[in-house]
Amino acid sequence: MSERLLEIQDLQVEYHTDDGIVTAVERLDLHLEKGQTLGLVGETGAGKTTTALSIMRLVPDPPGRIVAGAIRFHGEDLLRKRPEEIKRIRGNRISMIFQDPMTSLNPVLTVGFQIEEAVMLHQKLDRKAAGERARAMLELVGIPPERAGDYPHEFSGGMRQRVGIAMALSCNPELLIADEPTTALDVTIQAQVLELMKSLRERLATSMLLITHDLGVVAEVCDHVAIMYAGSIVEYADVHSLFTSPRHPYTRGLFGSIPSLDEEVERLKPITGLMPDPTALPSGCKFHPRCPQAQEVCRTRVPQAISVGDGHSAACLIYEGLVPGFQE
Amino acid sequence: MENVLEVRELRKDFHTKKGLLRAVNDISFTVRKGETLGIVGESGCGKSTTGRAVLRLVEPTAGEVIFEGQDILQYNARSMREARKDMQIIFQDPFASLNPRLSISQIIAEPFDVYRMFPPREREEKVKELMRLVGLSQKLVNAFPHELDGGRRQRIGVARALALNPKFVVCDEPVSALDVSIQAQILNLIQDLQQRLHLTYVFISHDLSVVKHISNRVAVMYLGKIVEITESRRIFTNPLHPYTQALLSAIPIPKVGVQKRRRIILEGDVPSPVNPPSGCIFSGRCPFVMPKCLEAAPPMTEAEPGHSVSCFLVSDAEGARAAGDRTSD
Ligand SMILES: Nc1ncnc2c1ncn2[C@@H]1O[C@H](COP(=O)(O)OP(=O)(O)OP(=O)(O)O)[C@@H](O)[C@H]1O
Ligand SMILES: Nc1ncnc2c1ncn2[C@@H]1O[C@H](COP(=O)(O)OP(=O)(O)OP(=O)(O)O)[C@@H](O)[C@H]1O
Ligand SMILES: [Mg+2]
Ligand SMILES: [Mg+2]
Repeated sequence: MSERLLEIQDLQVEYHTDDGIVTAVERLDLHLEKGQTLGLVGETGAGKTTTALSIMRLVPDPPGRIVAGAIRFHGEDLLRKRPEEIKRIRGNRISMIFQDPMTSLNPVLTVGFQIEEAVMLHQKLDRKAAGERARAMLELVGIPPERAGDYPHEFSGGMRQRVGIAMALSCNPELLIADEPTTALDVTIQAQVLELMKSLRERLATSMLLITHDLGVVAEVCDHVAIMYAGSIVEYADVHSLFTSPRHPYTRGLFGSIPSLDEEVERLKPITGLMPDPTALPSGCKFHPRCPQAQEVCRTRVPQAISVGDGHSAACLIYEGLVPGFQE
Repeated sequence: MENVLEVRELRKDFHTKKGLLRAVNDISFTVRKGETLGIVGESGCGKSTTGRAVLRLVEPTAGEVIFEGQDILQYNARSMREARKDMQIIFQDPFASLNPRLSISQIIAEPFDVYRMFPPREREEKVKELMRLVGLSQKLVNAFPHELDGGRRQRIGVARALALNPKFVVCDEPVSALDVSIQAQILNLIQDLQQRLHLTYVFISHDLSVVKHISNRVAVMYLGKIVEITESRRIFTNPLHPYTQALLSAIPIPKVGVQKRRRIILEGDVPSPVNPPSGCIFSGRCPFVMPKCLEAAPPMTEAEPGHSVSCFLVSDAEGARAAGDRTSD
């Protein structure tokens, strides 16, 4: 039996800006089982980072505000916890890797010292033991432990990301949130980091929420995947179902947009139109202005997540029987 | 088929605080009329410098750049100015490359000012025509770049590059900053324009899937060198250079249940072009490195028609085959 580690329900997050209220996350439902690696996929501005920051209770306020919803970790709502309680969870039981490792690394402190500090903050270890843990973590991610005394800028991009991983894993978290951990890296370095993450996940039995816009990375690393569009999850499935039978028109559009390496495709079939303005999201189904399947009803009716297979759901009126399906 | 561009032994050195940096290291290639030659490789391997050196936007240190039969490196400033009408570039970051103080129509018309072409009335018509060509709504003539999203900004970059009716365009990572759905729109636009306007492209990207999709032939670069060049289909079905093989195997394929390439994990990072390794530039990371790879640089060898590779594994095999052919007659 799988155990539910994280469950997000009806989350709504807004940013109050000069241009108006940006609804970054809207009616978002998501869950993650223990031991699972869930990919959260979406294009720029979909709300992926905001979702991650909400789990960490790190949404910058102002301008951001979590307006509604619940984020249950082991059944307890993180949004109702007091700041001291959150501090004990953050970096300890839930930790995060950022796209740019420099966000989490202090440029004027050696990497060894920074990992030590993180360990001492959460675990009852003295400096000597924490130092040993720091060196062991560096070794685990393939960095010679004697480099513990080096500063972040003395490492290359790929190594810095591995330091970020070492730091995030130093307290052996139950949930690791990785926000585009390889997007800034070259593909051969990305391959190194992905291999590392896969092997560490197995060894340490960490559950993972992997944020990415790259469906290739998802196919490689994740067992489940959630597709996000304009603040909401439009499709959720295990990786196999999602890649073999994508059900949401947006997901299908994404697949049509990616150039293939192993097939000869003359022309891509892009999704038409542009991302909606986050201060004025479309009514009804937020994807309707770009959707080739859209009908009148899509303008007004908000689609619910409907089960379309075992553990596979899609939020599209096709599956509520209100819109004709795809013509194969 | 006719070559629009022939690049011979092109070299570009930068003098940096750390020493002489050889960004482009004696590379040669040709581009045929109407085709797209892709250049792929990781950050810092010299793709952009190659693209710019070919247009003399940076001055090459040595070599020849023969455009339609003439070595443009011999041109004086005036002839070069004329030649540039035929040779244009589209940049990666549409935002950084567009003047924020100019409106869309002013940006697209800028090349007309520079070359004193068309009276104002005609110019307006020309701008509209270009906007139609790249799929920009006429409503945007008076808008400013910051009001537009990345996809539209890149369309402006394309319109400006095409304003003078060029024959040859260098596309330097034109879709790298864009989301996949918008990337696909711009890739289709670039392909359509090639058909309609009979353009010849050099298309630069670090994304092998994109390069393979849009190019007829692909050159793989590593540390200032072209290590392999062949038809884009062959780069996938028959990669011969160990670096190309590693690069291919590193790309996560968005599919499940398909037979995937065995992953070759390269150790370490790309070395610095300031003190490149002697011998083969890939020797420090190559899983098949041999003693001689540390001593001499392998020659470019044709492994099959139109498919050249710079690796001793290939040149030795070809040498052995040639020797075998000789003894068998
Ligand atoms: N601090 C902020 N102030 C105002 N708006 C913000 C802020 N952070 C995010 N937003 C807006 O919220 C929306 C969601 O942003 P978010 O960063 O969560 O998206 P994302 O899916 O992570 O995108 P990306 O792929 O670009 O990282 C966007 O419209 C963004 O502009
Ligand atoms: N103006 C310059 N002065 C000094 N060094 C330079 C200059 N331009 C480029 N270089 C160096 O030349 C090498 C090649 O750079 P180039 O920009 O051509 O690489 P690239 O393949 O386009 O990389 P990217 O994928 O990051 O765009 C790099 O080591 C770079 O640091
Ligand atoms: Mg983000
Ligand atoms: Mg470049």
